[in-house]
Amino acid sequence: MTLLQDAPGAVSSDTAPRRVVDRSDATPRLTRGPGLGLGLAVSWLSLLVLIPLAAVVAKSTGGGWHSFWHEVTTPGALQALKLTVLCSLGVSIVNAVMGTLVAWVLVRDSFPGKRLVEIVIDIPFALPTIVAGLVLLILYGPTSPVGVNLLGTQRGVFFALLFVTLPFVVRTVQPVLINLDGEAEEAAASLGASQFTTFRRIVLPVLVPAIASGTALAFARAMGEYGSMILISGGINRTRVSSMYIYQQIENFDYAGAAAIATVLLVVSLIVLVALDLLQRWAARRG
Amino acid sequence: MANRVARRSRYSLRTLAIAYVALIVALPLIVICWRVVEQGGSKFWDAISSGQAVKAFELTGIVSAAAVVINTVFGVGVALLLARYRFPGKRLLSALIDLSISVSPIVVGLALILVYGPYNGWFGKGLNNAGVKIIYAVPGMILATAFVSLPLVVREVVPVLEEEGIDQEQAARVLGAGARQRFWRITLPTIKWALAYGVVLSIARSIGEFGAVKVVSGDISGAGQTQTATLLVDERAEQLEPGSYQVALVLIAIAVLAIVVVSLIRPKEHQS
Repeated sequence: MTLLQDAPGAVSSDTAPRRVVDRSDATPRLTRGPGLGLGLAVSWLSLLVLIPLAAVVAKSTGGGWHSFWHEVTTPGALQALKLTVLCSLGVSIVNAVMGTLVAWVLVRDSFPGKRLVEIVIDIPFALPTIVAGLVLLILYGPTSPVGVNLLGTQRGVFFALLFVTLPFVVRTVQPVLINLDGEAEEAAASLGASQFTTFRRIVLPVLVPAIASGTALAFARAMGEYGSMILISGGINRTRVSSMYIYQQIENFDYAGAAAIATVLLVVSLIVLVALDLLQRWAARRG
Repeated sequence: MANRVARRSRYSLRTLAIAYVALIVALPLIVICWRVVEQGGSKFWDAISSGQAVKAFELTGIVSAAAVVINTVFGVGVALLLARYRFPGKRLLSALIDLSISVSPIVVGLALILVYGPYNGWFGKGLNNAGVKIIYAVPGMILATAFVSLPLVVREVVPVLEEEGIDQEQAARVLGAGARQRFWRITLPTIKWALAYGVVLSIARSIGEFGAVKVVSGDISGAGQTQTATLLVDERAEQLEPGSYQVALVLIAIAVLAIVVVSLIRPKEHQS
C-alpha cells in the first residue's frame, strides 16, 4: 500500500500496488524496514565520514579565522600548496590531451597487443600508491638503467602524478567514443573536411563533457596524492606536496596546522564534486 | 594521397599513445620484475617469509577482509535505499559517499585521529578509558580502509538496480514472497555481476591502501606490529633495506590479478 503513497501519479493511497504508474513517479517512500536500514546507514556514515571530517574543519577553525589563515600562510604550507596546485593543474592538462589521445587510439584503432594496453591502463587504479612510487624510482631513480634520475626533483613529483592519474580521462572518454556513431564524421569527410577539422568540429564537442569530468577527477586525485610522492620526492622541502606537509604536522602533533591544510584540500574536493555534478547535468540536458 | 596521410597520422597517434603508456606505467613495471628476477629466488623467498613480512601480509589480509565485508553489506544496503526509495537528504547521502573517495588518504587518517585518537580524540578519549583502542590498532586501520573504498560497491550496484526496475520484485511481492525471499531470489541474482565487480575493486583498493593506514596505524613494527604490507614496502624502501622490490612484486601481482578478474566480469555484466 505504502508503495504508491504520495506518488504524484497515484489516485489515492488505497490504490492497489498493481496499478500501473510511470516508474519514475512510483519511487516509494520509506517504510519501517528500509527506514531502519537508512538509520543504520546514516549512523555508520556519520561515525566513519561525517563526524571525522567535521572534526578536521572544527580543528582548523578552532582558534578562529585568524589562526586558520596563519597556519595556511606559513612559508612551508604555502610552498607545499603552491607546488600541489601547480603540479595538479599541469598534470590535468597533460591528462586531458594524452588521455583523449589514448582513448581515441583504443577505440578507433586496432593493433596486436591492444588488450594488453587496456590492462596496463587500469594498473594505476589497482596498484598500491607506495608501489607506484617504488617502481617509478627503479626506472627513473639513482639506479636507473636508462640514466634518468628524478629523485628529489619536482619533475619526479609531476611524473608520479601522471602515473596515478593516467586512467581517469581515458576511462571517461572511452565509452563516449564507443557510443559515437560515425555518420556525422562521414558526412563531414565527404563534404571535404580534413581529418583534423572533422575531429575539432564534430568529435571534440561531443567529448568535451567527458574530457572535463575525467580531468576534474584527475585533478582531485592529484591534489590529495600521497603514497606515490614520498619515495620520489626524496623527503626534501622543495618537493613536499600538501599531503606530505599534513603528514609531517601530524607526526609533530601539530593537529591544528595539519587540519588547516586538510581543510583546504577538503574544500577543493568539494568544489570538484559540485563541478562534476553540474557538468553531468549540463551534459544530460544537452542530450 | 589523402589515404596515405590518414594512415600515417593513424600510425603516429598509435605510436604516441603506446609510448606514453609504456614510459609511464609498463616499463617501470617490467624493470621491477627484472630486478626481482635478477636478485634470485632465495632472496624473493627470504623477503616475503620473514616474520615481519608474514605478519604484515596477515594484517593486510585481516584489515582488507573486514573492510570489504563492511563495505559490501553497507554498499548493497545503501544501493537499495538510493535506487528504490525517496527520502529527505537522499542527494546529500549520495554526495557524501562520493566525497569519501576523493578525500586525500592523509586527510582521512587525520580525520579519524581527531575523533578516535586515544589522547584527545572526540570519542577516542572515552573509548580509551573504557579500554577500547581504535587508533594505533586494527580497528582504526579497518575504519581507514573502509573509508577510502566506501563508494566502490554502491556505485556499481545502483545503476543496475535502477535499470532493472522493480517490476519483478513487485510481482514476487504480489505473489506473496517475503522481503528476505525477494532479496535472495530476485535482487541478488540481478546485481550479481555488478556486486562481484564492486567487491573486486574494493579488495584491490583495500589491499593497496597506504596513506590513511599509515597515519592511523602509527606504522608500528616489532612487538605489537601494525605495519601492513604496503607500509613494509615503504619502510624497506626508505631505510634502503633489502626486500622492498619482492614485497612490491607480490602486491603488483595481486593488482594485475584484480584487473584481469574485473575484465573477465565486465562483459558478463553488459550481457545481463
